[in-house]
Amino acid sequence: MIMACIIMSGNLTITEKIFSRAAGRPCQAGDYVLADIDRAMTHDITGPLAVEGFYEIMKNQKDKKVWDPEKIVVLFDHQVPADSLNAAQNHIMLRKFVNDQGISNFYDIFQGVCHQVMPEMGHVTPGMLVVGSDSHTCAYGAIGAFATGIGSTDMAAAFALGKLWFRVPETLKFQVDGRLGDRVYSKDVILKLIGDVGADGARYQACEYGGEIVRDLDVSQRMTISNMAIEMGGKAGVIEPDRKTDDYIRQRVPEYHPDRDMKSDEGAQFSAVRKYDLSEMPPQVACPHNVDNVVDIDRVEGKKIDQVFIGSCTNGRFEDLKIAADVMGGRPVAKGVRMIVIPASRTEYMKALKAGLVEQFMNAGAMVEAPCCGPCMGGSFGLLGPGEVGLSTSNRNFKGRQGSPDAFVYLGSPATAAASAIKGCITDPRSV
Amino acid sequence: MAGRETLPGRVWKFGDDVDTDAIIPGRFLILNRPEELAKHAFEGVRPEFKDQVKPGDIIVAGENFGCGSSREHAPLALKGAGVRCVIAKSFARIFFRNSINIGVTLLECPDTDRIAEGDVLEIDEAQGIITNQTKNEIYRAKPLPEFLMDIVRSGGLIDFARKMVERMSREKTREKGREAE
Ligand code: SF4
Repeated sequence: MIMACIIMSGNLTITEKIFSRAAGRPCQAGDYVLADIDRAMTHDITGPLAVEGFYEIMKNQKDKKVWDPEKIVVLFDHQVPADSLNAAQNHIMLRKFVNDQGISNFYDIFQGVCHQVMPEMGHVTPGMLVVGSDSHTCAYGAIGAFATGIGSTDMAAAFALGKLWFRVPETLKFQVDGRLGDRVYSKDVILKLIGDVGADGARYQACEYGGEIVRDLDVSQRMTISNMAIEMGGKAGVIEPDRKTDDYIRQRVPEYHPDRDMKSDEGAQFSAVRKYDLSEMPPQVACPHNVDNVVDIDRVEGKKIDQVFIGSCTNGRFEDLKIAADVMGGRPVAKGVRMIVIPASRTEYMKALKAGLVEQFMNAGAMVEAPCCGPCMGGSFGLLGPGEVGLSTSNRNFKGRQGSPDAFVYLGSPATAAASAIKGCITDPRSV
Repeated sequence: MAGRETLPGRVWKFGDDVDTDAIIPGRFLILNRPEELAKHAFEGVRPEFKDQVKPGDIIVAGENFGCGSSREHAPLALKGAGVRCVIAKSFARIFFRNSINIGVTLLECPDTDRIAEGDVLEIDEAQGIITNQTKNEIYRAKPLPEFLMDIVRSGGLIDFARKMVERMSREKTREKGREAE
């Protein structure tokens, strides 16, 4: 093993390093491995199927126990508080599972969106192999983990074995240099990259983001970038951990020791390296009905909107709410526009409350809802009706996702959403 | 086991980019049992398939087999039809994962152009050796890694996991027994 490490060192990507550790042998892109899972996350929508599959696996066992209750995290966020009898039943079933299995990392309806809660509560650290039964699990790449979405059958097997098979992915590297302009944020960066490579551009590869702009971002903004790797087909969206990552993790996991080798080596093989200088980039907007349908904001300025949604695991953190409140600057939501603000977690909600942001939003005429996925996937409330136009800070604008299949959803940064809310139409945040 | 693995089968030949909609049209996704799905396999593109396919038959295709929507129903329909193995130049990645997880054997082979509709093939899955009895030719395929073959042979990921859990619990019991001695 040590021999092998010497031979292999110097030419691996972060992803290959993480899989080499998790598989217990040196491996490279293209290898098939049976790897140990460090964390497995499931939620109220995909959890029930995974649990059924798990009990199907265990049906002949007297002792039907998961591999390690400490490494499993279960949360309710998509349909909270229960918005239908079906949701209530799913919640009952998962509460029983959590109880029977002694899973202490369980967050009932109050804690927030899975992809915010996982890092926020210290469940993910750099170098981990994390799976979640949700496609945006790639978000935790922002703190240097390999995190990826899996299906319910895979999750069932992970619950039972603590292992899953993978094909170690090639890495597509994004080198993003320059300095972001005024009121241009990480959301604009990731929309730009997705628009550039297309919805398929990183298919089955690990995306790795680096460069001056990525280094300058704080962890909260990096999460937006990693979160959307899946929108270009990426399996993961990894960012090399640095001092900022260390600070973020230490506040949550005091015993954490950084591993400075958790980076892609000089000689690492990438499937491609895409270089950008985004110093001059204006705010970006994804137009209906595809996330890669991205334009500079001037192409859609003035488009009338009916609803603005600020929230989701993509852009529902305190920093996002702060940016939005600052752009609004005490001005009211435009007549005829509904504005829904949903902090991504209870913690972020409390921060916003203490900073007076909740009051500012409510004074402006917005609704501030308790942490949950909300209108992001159109599961419960805040839906758009036929012909309506929404502007959202979330990550998907597919036809019908936020309500009627005849509605239109644009995606932008919290600043763009806030500027548009006060003007009643899509508005460049630099102009208000 | 070797018996099953080398039994000859008859070829159904397809081209490149066979998508999951062609394998099982979207309107049948309300079904979820393999046998029911099998009754509609390839209904749109090869209407005769569902009536004439026999257990042990083999599907041979070009590049990117199983592209399109990630539905697990596609490999399930093939499993229900008794398809013994799919040989293609390449597979779409999600189809690949789903097939392994539900226990359908896949082989990647660059020479599928040499194989024709109705040819009879004998396949050694573990070695990746395909013998075309009709044409008297031999092709080499990339065999699946051993642990993936284990999953397929077990009948899929759920059954594989069950076997693994059972083995682990037997080992535990045996260990306890030894300690008691
Ligand atoms: S906020 Fe939206 S994208 Fe994020 S987990 Fe919830 S539904 Fe999925």
